[in-house]
Amino acid sequence: MATNENIRQPEFSRAGVPFGERLSEWVDRHSGTFFIAPAVVLILIFAIFPTIYSIFFAVSRVRFTGDGLTFRYVGFRNFSKQFFGSSEVHFLGRTDPVSIFGWVVFAIIVIAVLWWLIRSVKRSTWVGMIGRTISAVMAIFLSWILCASLLSGNAIGTLYQTLFYVVVGCALQFAIGTGLAFLCSQPISGKNFFRVVFFIPLMITPLGVGYAMRMVADVTKGPFQPFLSYMGLENWVWSTDAWSARFVMMTGDSWQWIPFIFICMLAALENIPRDHVEAAQVDGASSFQIFREIIWPQVLPVAVTVLLIRMIEAFKIVDLPNIMTGGGPGSSTESMTLHSMYIWRANDLGSSAAIAYLLLILTVVVCASFFNYVVLGQVRKARA
Amino acid sequence: MFSNKTIVGALVGVAAIGSPAFAQDFNGVTVNVLTRPGYVIAGPLIERGKDFEEMTGAKIVVTEVPFAEIFPKIQNDWATGTNSIDVGVFAAGWGVELDAAGLLEDLDPYVAADDKIDLDDIAPYFREFGQKVGGKTKLLMVDGDFQMVYYRTDVLEEAGLEPPKTWEDYLDVASKIHGMDMNGDGEPDYGSCIFKKRNAQSYFAIQTFAAPIVQTSGTAQGFHFDNATMKPLINNDGWKKAFELYKETGKYGPPEELNMDIGDTRALFKAGRCGLIVEWGDPGTLQLDDDATAIRGKMLAISAIGSREVLDRETGKLVPVTKENAPYSVDGINYSPFAAFGGWAGAINKGADERTKAAAYAFLSHMNQSAQSGVDVTRGPTGYNPYRISQLASIDPWVEAGMPADLATNYLGAINAALDNLNMSSDMKIPGAQQYTGVVLDTELARYLADEISVEEALANIEEGWEEITEDFGRDEQVAAQALALGG
Repeated sequence: MATNENIRQPEFSRAGVPFGERLSEWVDRHSGTFFIAPAVVLILIFAIFPTIYSIFFAVSRVRFTGDGLTFRYVGFRNFSKQFFGSSEVHFLGRTDPVSIFGWVVFAIIVIAVLWWLIRSVKRSTWVGMIGRTISAVMAIFLSWILCASLLSGNAIGTLYQTLFYVVVGCALQFAIGTGLAFLCSQPISGKNFFRVVFFIPLMITPLGVGYAMRMVADVTKGPFQPFLSYMGLENWVWSTDAWSARFVMMTGDSWQWIPFIFICMLAALENIPRDHVEAAQVDGASSFQIFREIIWPQVLPVAVTVLLIRMIEAFKIVDLPNIMTGGGPGSSTESMTLHSMYIWRANDLGSSAAIAYLLLILTVVVCASFFNYVVLGQVRKARA
Repeated sequence: MFSNKTIVGALVGVAAIGSPAFAQDFNGVTVNVLTRPGYVIAGPLIERGKDFEEMTGAKIVVTEVPFAEIFPKIQNDWATGTNSIDVGVFAAGWGVELDAAGLLEDLDPYVAADDKIDLDDIAPYFREFGQKVGGKTKLLMVDGDFQMVYYRTDVLEEAGLEPPKTWEDYLDVASKIHGMDMNGDGEPDYGSCIFKKRNAQSYFAIQTFAAPIVQTSGTAQGFHFDNATMKPLINNDGWKKAFELYKETGKYGPPEELNMDIGDTRALFKAGRCGLIVEWGDPGTLQLDDDATAIRGKMLAISAIGSREVLDRETGKLVPVTKENAPYSVDGINYSPFAAFGGWAGAINKGADERTKAAAYAFLSHMNQSAQSGVDVTRGPTGYNPYRISQLASIDPWVEAGMPADLATNYLGAINAALDNLNMSSDMKIPGAQQYTGVVLDTELARYLADEISVEEALANIEEGWEEITEDFGRDEQVAAQALALGG
């Protein structure tokens, strides 16, 4: 007992100390909690509570009455109809018939994912295995939809339209943004001017970008009309073809978000110690070698983190397709967020909440997988 | 103690007296009105709202939101008790869902005390279908709507063609005039222009195509459901043909038609670029606008386009028109003019305070009275089409407003013919109407037009989607609502 008393912190055993002083010390010890509490409470009220509350919407049919909202529990019907019901093709795309090519690619992906999962058993904790299993299930599900729809020549749904904006859009934005940042980090004249110019689109409201892009892309009155006419494309209308509409949408989104990649990557590039680069130059390394061996490894942690943030944002694309095409032609440019918004606008709050949850699950699993298996991997590699 | 009814009666009584008499009666009252954006519909509400404020002291504040957001915003605001909106001006048919939730003020007591409204002058269809829900007046019209086909007289004359009588004729005429220079600018123009953008108003036009194929024995029959069971009447050869005809018009339309809203097609036909259009009553007066000189007096209306084949509801197949299966047919063609949208009408929030409701009614009555509406309907930019018998009885006010006499005769004749047609088809007027058509029908139609899905898939999806909505609202309730809506 005596030993135990001896190892106690002094403040716990200071009998006889006045109450005010003890209270003051207690407050000091918990000051961190007190400082963070308002933020936590606010987050709980404004973020966590609505998220939990929306679960009730997602499992209900919600009606507006004179007494407010009434909820009728329908279980997972709002979710299941996205996979098996009237919204199946809208959400997943057409998954029948599946081509031989689709089957082959799917089989290869499944084998690769299972191989990766089996190899992980020896290296991961059980918590890690749960995470990897979730990632593997999501990868197999997404692969199946990809193989059964796009790779089998069928139309894709809002799920893959969203992933198209995320994967292809973010890759394009990252490549161009990083390239521009690299150029602006070089000792070239007028680089401050270009830095400002390249950054401007990010400061424009997405609605403004949408309307601007709509005018720019107008094939009858837009600025490219003479060029299209010269090329013999005066009758080409991007908005009536699914893929051209998606690419125009992605171009508009890229125009706005390349500056984000650009500014972050520029900051990373400018923080690289000059002596490393100069030492490599003295050693006779070429520009490409310097980029590959010196610059890239140092900016890699920033690069993947920026890409992760951009991906999370890209999952929520809604303004541009809403303004430029209303999700059309058909539902070809409709993202999951826009799908959810349109249903919400029709006061079908249950289905809207269900789609929002599906998007949340997709975003969390994809981004968490990217973070764990790519971002952390690159950070560890850079530290090593 | 005075009851609420007594107070309302007193207020309405004061409001119903001539304008100078109720000056200052509503001082300090603000009436918040919500409707669609732009000058169309909203503009006259703002302009006449200023006059109304001068006369009564009540301030009219008009808020404009995108078309697709009007109904949910009103429903949300009134159901949750937010009550930031006192008056909604929207499709007459949408009122039934709000009324089912107990959100609409009963206007009968106000009407009873209003000696200027003259409801008998309102065409029976708009008075009984548009303004009433469950036999009670819950809305006041500011507009009357039918979808019709308009054709360019000069273009068809030049091509040696007759105006179309059936949808097949429509396609035939469109194909023959497509590519002609219709406005003398040296550029080829379009045989047909229809607003087909998704999340806009394309879903009305497809119903205009389907109505004469599916509805054969009078308005009470309807063309969306089997009224006895509320099973969707859409997955059949009748609607299939309508979808296919509708899609085929795209061959003779502007290349970007799938992304065109009604404002886009109006700009095209006013510039003289369309030979045929499917529209509401607006082109009749819009061709009088300063920017429509290319078509002034040249676009005539056809009350309804018909079909030589109609749906056999037993088999789901198409059969030739006979007097037995289509008693209202004329010369082997079944016609069913579609009252698309039902017209814009104003409804009052039951949750507003009594004085505001009285001021709101007085304002809607002011808009509806023939002294004001008789002028508004003759002006194209207002978006208001005639709905009073007095507006449809004589061409004189129209000619005075600048409309050529032959155009006025044709225009009023077409609307009167639609109203008088015993097989006229009604827009949906049951709870969930906007979901049935504005969401499910619109989405699947758009996907079919964009070649995402086949017509069979589109119709099957609509059938399943409509069944889900019917289940949600309750099948028995919907059967009752449909009977009430169609008078069956």
